[in-house]
Amino acid sequence: MRYLPLTDADRSGMLAVIGASSIDDLFVDTPASARLAGPVDLPAHASELAVERALGALAGRNRAAGAGPFFCGAGAYRHHVPASVDHIIQRSEFLTSYTPYQPEIAQGTLQVLFEFQTQVAELLGLPVANASMYDGSTACAEAVMMAARVTRRRKAVLSGGLHPHYASAAHTLAHSAGVETRRLAASVDAEDAVIAAIDAETACVVVQTPNVFGTVSDVSAIAEAAHAAGALLIVVTTEAVSLGLLKSPGEMGADIAVAEGQSIGNGLMFGGPYVGLFACREALTRQMPGRLCGETVDAEGRRGFVLTLSTREQHIRRDKATSNICTNSGLCALAFSIHMSLLGGTGLARLARLNHARALSLRAALAAIPGVEVLTPRIFNEFALRLPGSAAAVVEALARRDILAGVPVSRVDPGAGLDDVLLTCATETTTAEDVAAFAQALAEEIA
Amino acid sequence: MTAIANLGRPTRPEVMTTTAEGPKARGLVQSEPLIFELGGWDKTGVDFHEDADVDAGDLAGLTRAAAPRLPGLSEPETLRHYVRLSQLNHAIDLALYPLGSCTMKHNPRLNEKMARLPGFADIHPLQPVSTVQGALALMEELARWLKMLTGMPAVALSPKAGAHGELCGLLTMRAAHEARGDARKTVLAPTSAHGTNPATAALAGYQVVEIAQTDDGRVDLADLAAKLNADVAAVMVTNPNTCGLFERDVIEIARLTHAAGAYFYCDGANFNAIVGRVRPGDLGVDAMHINLHKTFSTPHGGGGPGAGPVVLSDALARFAPTPWLTHGEDGFGLVEHAQGEAAAAFGRLCAFHGQMGMYVRALAYMMSHGSDGLRQVAEDAVLNANYIRARLSGAMSAAYPDGPCMHEALFDDAWLEGTGVTTLDFAKAMIDVGFHPMTMYFPLVVHGAMLIEPTETESRAELDRFCDALLELAAAAKAGDVERFKGAPFHAPLRRLDETQAARKPKLRWVGEN
Repeated sequence: MRYLPLTDADRSGMLAVIGASSIDDLFVDTPASARLAGPVDLPAHASELAVERALGALAGRNRAAGAGPFFCGAGAYRHHVPASVDHIIQRSEFLTSYTPYQPEIAQGTLQVLFEFQTQVAELLGLPVANASMYDGSTACAEAVMMAARVTRRRKAVLSGGLHPHYASAAHTLAHSAGVETRRLAASVDAEDAVIAAIDAETACVVVQTPNVFGTVSDVSAIAEAAHAAGALLIVVTTEAVSLGLLKSPGEMGADIAVAEGQSIGNGLMFGGPYVGLFACREALTRQMPGRLCGETVDAEGRRGFVLTLSTREQHIRRDKATSNICTNSGLCALAFSIHMSLLGGTGLARLARLNHARALSLRAALAAIPGVEVLTPRIFNEFALRLPGSAAAVVEALARRDILAGVPVSRVDPGAGLDDVLLTCATETTTAEDVAAFAQALAEEIA
Repeated sequence: MTAIANLGRPTRPEVMTTTAEGPKARGLVQSEPLIFELGGWDKTGVDFHEDADVDAGDLAGLTRAAAPRLPGLSEPETLRHYVRLSQLNHAIDLALYPLGSCTMKHNPRLNEKMARLPGFADIHPLQPVSTVQGALALMEELARWLKMLTGMPAVALSPKAGAHGELCGLLTMRAAHEARGDARKTVLAPTSAHGTNPATAALAGYQVVEIAQTDDGRVDLADLAAKLNADVAAVMVTNPNTCGLFERDVIEIARLTHAAGAYFYCDGANFNAIVGRVRPGDLGVDAMHINLHKTFSTPHGGGGPGAGPVVLSDALARFAPTPWLTHGEDGFGLVEHAQGEAAAAFGRLCAFHGQMGMYVRALAYMMSHGSDGLRQVAEDAVLNANYIRARLSGAMSAAYPDGPCMHEALFDDAWLEGTGVTTLDFAKAMIDVGFHPMTMYFPLVVHGAMLIEPTETESRAELDRFCDALLELAAAAKAGDVERFKGAPFHAPLRRLDETQAARKPKLRWVGEN
């Protein structure tokens, strides 16, 4: 029991101090009928070596992205993370501290959050950002709820370009609270179609750029239409690296912008933990969900940081809170912030250009294959391809050749009637050899 | 920009304390500016293997006019910045961290190592299931442990934190009621509940009604019975509760709840106290979230990430959200949409499969302890809390002195009456003697509450060091040494922060020199 410091001698000595004759005396309030006589029927304790062997064997049964050609995106992206990022987040003082409720001894975490909020606000082009959400999809769902509170309306229009899992998560949360979501038909260039769906009862429209098909859009016209109807525009970005190159959501008129921050500083990790980015216009600050870190001074007038505006939050406002969120994604936000500090704005811009260039090479190689049609009109680092048959079958066939070709649309949106469409993506980690191997294998499979 | 001048070699502390820019430098603990005051606007600490131009055809008119205005730092500057900041934090690796209700236990480093294996850390949530059989096997194994330890037949893994798990539990209940045409509008929860309970109930579209508490810190059964009716969807009870006490009448609470056609939600934040000793499934619980970042030692990380899997009864299992894990002849599979066997699923809580990185850590922890060790975890956690309560009770007033506590010891502020020292003052003075304060002013039902949770990973020597420090402070408070408390902390990187100013004119990001 290497994690338990007490010895049997400690235990009996402590029981004597307490005045208990045995440990069972301390569990006397548990119902006698439910007390377990001994350990649950599960394996007994194991050495560090034994656990490493068992879990190493499970890890070995997975095909790691870095082990060969890899082109999956659709909301999670493989990027190179500098080694110093993972080193810093394993510092005890960051890894093993709690939420910074005692600011005098948590300035490290708090200053990081203040810097993180500033970075997120700049990237999303809006003045206020919070200290992170669980991930991009829950941030999106919370944004819809926030828009309903702000506008006092109960209808949300979701673009057909919004990641279908984001749409589902938003629908699940909104539905339970009596907010109706209307998801428009999936299509590659879906964003403009939302304008026709806006009416006087619309609380918000949710659009994504680059959207789930990889299409990059200027959503300024949607912002104007939404605002004219008294609705808010929520802009979603699932690939944070794109923010280094593309117009920011704020610049295009977003009232609330949310993003999946995983791409910067965080690995794929089979879907989590990730970090949700959340920013909005200043006037909406007090309706935001989640923690906010603010600047103040200490008793001697020195600059310091605290969690603030907590009268929005569950531990103060209980059932009147703006959200039930408590735990955020602090350590992933730290990883994001460190990677962003290493990159700087110019580094992020270069990284984004490199991603775009890689994707153009991939598109050129795949578009040259007879029977393959590129559907996405304007790409950043991801695009949709129409194949002659089932995309899922092609993905399986290529996986058997150790090429992970991407995500079939049927995997995330089985009802869309797009079973022959494949989402594929390239990042700075993609090599020319990877692209050549993919193109050759795809050509052979569909020939 | 005076702070810049303070960088570099340690200088005499008196020189460095003059800055108004941030924490006072003391010895080798450095004052540290913001990255926006440090970094270069055109600088990057990342070398790229090549550069690329933007294709005007695709992105004409869609690009930003200039790169984001964010500074960059070289790698050595980055390390210095963050390591200096880290030194301003308290952490469980430095001392006992007695935050009640938070379970700040040791975070084993084996767990970190396992979570970073490329076979877990570098796999994509949507790559073919045939290529992630080991990951799905790990999720299945984690689910098996959670089900066995709780005595519950099903588990939804995807919730991303405790409050997300509460939402998951309530939405399964809502779906179950709606499926039998019995829509209900109310959720009952005790006044002592975590704030997330009423917040979650409201988010799930319910009205919240509070249940009264008895004088011995537990749910008032008569009040519960009076408030249960055909409109109540769920009763939410934390057990052990936020006073650190086991709800002796939990089986009766479940019976009354079920008799009214409602479901019994247990907030499992305090499962650490009973793991291996009592199974919630034997108490009549219908749903309970498990904070993997509490009971199962995944690190708190300065506020997250967490993970909040929810164990479910047979009555609720079929309404669990997607994705579902399946196991057939072809190995493991995922049902990712509410169709087929998951047709009754209430929906989806997040984009992918939940917190895989936390699953790996939690399973490594469970396997290390084993069933015998996990039972010992609960016993030592409860023993440590009772030991602290016994040692401090002569000087401080235990809120519920009759009978043992579970994993945390709750004191009120009656013992401070007349001293001029408040719970807040006392907590801040703890910082000066090297400890993180306990949870203060929670639960709300106890005046000036001080909630101390040591966890099982503290040695007797550390518990004694902690108790000795608190006893000395308590004696100082009673001796009238008010100054030591009112101005505290004196020896932290910063003195007390002005939270009122922070909220009155919020400054939520760096905006430049002015």
